[in-house]
Amino acid sequence: MKDFALMMIGAALVNNVILARFLGLCSFMGVTTRIDTAAGMGLATTFVITVSSMADWAVQHYLLDAYGLGYLRTVTFILVIASAVQFTELTIKKVSPALFQMLGIYLPLITTNCAVLGVALLLVEGHMSFLGATLFGFASALGYSLVMVIFAGLRERLALAEVPRLFAGPPLGFIVASLLAMAFMGFSGISTG
Amino acid sequence: MSSSNYKTIVKDGLWDNNGVFSMLLGMCPAMAMTTSATNGFGMGLATAVVMAASSLLVAVFRKLITPEVRIPVYILIVAAMVTLVDLAMNAWMHELYKVLGLFIPLIVSNCLPLARLEAFAAKQPVLPSFLDGLFMGLGFTIALTAIGAVREITGNGTLFADASLLLGPAFKAIELRVLPADMGVLMMILPPGGFLVTGLLVVVKRMLDLRAGKEIQMGGAHSVA
Repeated sequence: MKDFALMMIGAALVNNVILARFLGLCSFMGVTTRIDTAAGMGLATTFVITVSSMADWAVQHYLLDAYGLGYLRTVTFILVIASAVQFTELTIKKVSPALFQMLGIYLPLITTNCAVLGVALLLVEGHMSFLGATLFGFASALGYSLVMVIFAGLRERLALAEVPRLFAGPPLGFIVASLLAMAFMGFSGISTG
Repeated sequence: MSSSNYKTIVKDGLWDNNGVFSMLLGMCPAMAMTTSATNGFGMGLATAVVMAASSLLVAVFRKLITPEVRIPVYILIVAAMVTLVDLAMNAWMHELYKVLGLFIPLIVSNCLPLARLEAFAAKQPVLPSFLDGLFMGLGFTIALTAIGAVREITGNGTLFADASLLLGPAFKAIELRVLPADMGVLMMILPPGGFLVTGLLVVVKRMLDLRAGKEIQMGGAHSVA
């Protein structure tokens, strides 16, 4: 139990998907202009990452490893992820039409969010159990959502500030992200076993 | 297509529409794999090969691909090319492969190849598409090498360290030590340095463009993922 808790803290905060592993940066820069879209994106991505972590774990163990097809990993995983995204889209549409309206075009784009594929590849390389893989995927996704919301909050404020023209927009965003990454390095003191 | 159009493709790919500094696409490897100039160069070249090959294939088959299913088809074509590069690098450039690790398969979900397929190769003949993929990829390589060089010099004081180990013995000559060993700022090699250097280099590109009398691009192509 303690091992799982430490692993989850490690995945969410210490080795944060965005700020330490540099995954999912396109969405990090792209949809963080408002807090509510960032939170919605975080929610949808959390769902996709968790579902695809479970599916990719099963595919790796019962298909690729079982038949010695390791070289097809990239191709199979991206297909599994595309299906997981489609599944998420249908589920959200059925369960919460309001959220579906809000997320709109962002949903299909999760397929090309490298955080999803990155987490799947990381947990396969980590040789985890099924439960471990699910929790790792879920915790990584929570860390992703957390940073998305924090950064969106910062950018909402930045939009009101007057900055030199050369720095306006993405460059300043990167510099703010750099400071945020520095703050998150503080978590690296936590021993995650 | 006339030769001036080819010139535009080359110039767009290498500088005017540079994937990293202008369009802000493919940011993940641009920051994760640029702890040294050699890593950035290797990552950039692998991406360039994938982009050139997949642009070529998509342009060849562009009339057969139905618009409704084009995105999955593109992703599968890119994934196939990435698998080839992945296996080839594992066989022939094993040291570099070990360093780049996770980010070779992740070229699949890099937004830059997909964006070029959608914006260019899907509509253009074979040769221009191939050149567009190739030069966009080379522009990406230049950007990654530049970010890597700045981070390596400020962080470690070296330039192209380990190039002979990663790329082959012929590259021994470009290994340099720019600053004494204890002058490095460790922060530049850690994640915050990646964000900082990328942000500052975007500003540098805007400055150069402004000086050359061009409009500076304020946004970047934020449309993809």
